[in-house]
Amino acid sequence: MADFFYNTNLGIFLLIVGQVLLIVVPLLVALAFLLYGDRKVWAAVQLRRGPNVVGFFGLLQSFADFIKYAVKEIVYPAGADKFVFLMAPMVSLVMALIAWAVIPFNDGWVLSDINVAILYVFAVSSLEVYGVIMGGWASNSKYPFLGSLRSAAQMISYEVSIGLIIIGVIISSGSMNLTHIVQAQDGNYGIFSWYWLPHFPMMFLFLISALAETNRPPFDLPEAESELVAGYQVEYSSTPFLLFMIGEYVAIVLMCALMSLFFFGGWLSPIPGLPDGILWMFAKIVFFFFIFAMVKAITPRYRYDQLMRLGWKVFLPFSLIWVVFVAFAARFEWFWGAYVRWTTGS
Amino acid sequence: MDGMLREYLPILIFLAIAVALGAVLILAAVVLAVRHPDPEKVSAYECGFNAFDDARMKFDVRFYLVSILFIIFDLEIAMLFPWAVAFRDLSDVSFWGMMVFLGVLTAGFAYEWKKGALEWS
Repeated sequence: MADFFYNTNLGIFLLIVGQVLLIVVPLLVALAFLLYGDRKVWAAVQLRRGPNVVGFFGLLQSFADFIKYAVKEIVYPAGADKFVFLMAPMVSLVMALIAWAVIPFNDGWVLSDINVAILYVFAVSSLEVYGVIMGGWASNSKYPFLGSLRSAAQMISYEVSIGLIIIGVIISSGSMNLTHIVQAQDGNYGIFSWYWLPHFPMMFLFLISALAETNRPPFDLPEAESELVAGYQVEYSSTPFLLFMIGEYVAIVLMCALMSLFFFGGWLSPIPGLPDGILWMFAKIVFFFFIFAMVKAITPRYRYDQLMRLGWKVFLPFSLIWVVFVAFAARFEWFWGAYVRWTTGS
Repeated sequence: MDGMLREYLPILIFLAIAVALGAVLILAAVVLAVRHPDPEKVSAYECGFNAFDDARMKFDVRFYLVSILFIIFDLEIAMLFPWAVAFRDLSDVSFWGMMVFLGVLTAGFAYEWKKGALEWS
């Protein structure tokens, strides 16, 4: 049996399909409950009840929403390019999903253990911009057009600082493999061995850039209701809209996962002595998702020129200086070599 | 199967499954939902007005400027990636060489800033 799955082509293929489904299905089910959690947190902050009718405490709300989306009519706006109009949500969903192929959930629990994992995630998340641009252009409507322009400019602006922040982490770990990055954070001091301590300011920069990158409040300019109605999603209905929505939330959860892998030791236990494991990884992802939900609930929206100023004039110079600082600290072993914990090689 | 290809094959299969998932969801709406398009329903949404003209119009040149700046910095990051991975084995020349490169880039960035390329108001 084992021989079949490891040595024959069909066996390997079936094994990989099984592994992919083992990632995608729990991810989408978890997403349904995270969406519910998001709405509940938002409601609690505003002293409302939130969804509470479908199932116990409204737990099945997301599934009811799904059925509702699936039986709604797809409206193709007049003058829309139908093919591009339907491709846009597909691109958005597919790009958000396939980035999960390289995310390790536990030591060795990774679908595709490539040594350029960060580059891959970075490249795939860059391509997400295309979903937004295509959606805005194909709709042939003014709000989506303006929304997609804004969104594209915003996403690429913050990608630059995310890239520079990641460079700092790579210098420290000496590898682009996400498993190695987590292993490099394994130390005797539990939570204090992780990269959030040496890379302290970058942790916040990464979180804020991730908010901007995924178009979350307070940076949800592309869909600022008061000016652009719903941005690039205005003309979308039914499941194409649902795909955009799932894509957006999968990207958010991906950012939470990257945050915990880069700065918070992935599956490592924060207290020395307790066993490491996948539950820590889940706990960290849910914690960061909670932060994302809280930020959405309690911050007012940025203005567009403020957003671009923050990205180009604050984050970019700061992260550039930080790369130079980390390079010097790692090269000349400042701070007792805190910036040079390599696992690959010695 | 070749060791390296074996690690990239899952990504290809993941891509196929993700595309299939999206296609199934879109098809679900096509199959399940009734469609009654009428001219009012399919007209572009413009807060109740009839659409004035084509939506694919001229737009601000600053969006181009931002994307050009993005290309410059993204290329720089692409150059930094291999440098950062090989950081432990860098000779003095490659370490200081990259520092000089970053210095040149910072000078260019300062120039853009001074020229007002980053202004949005």
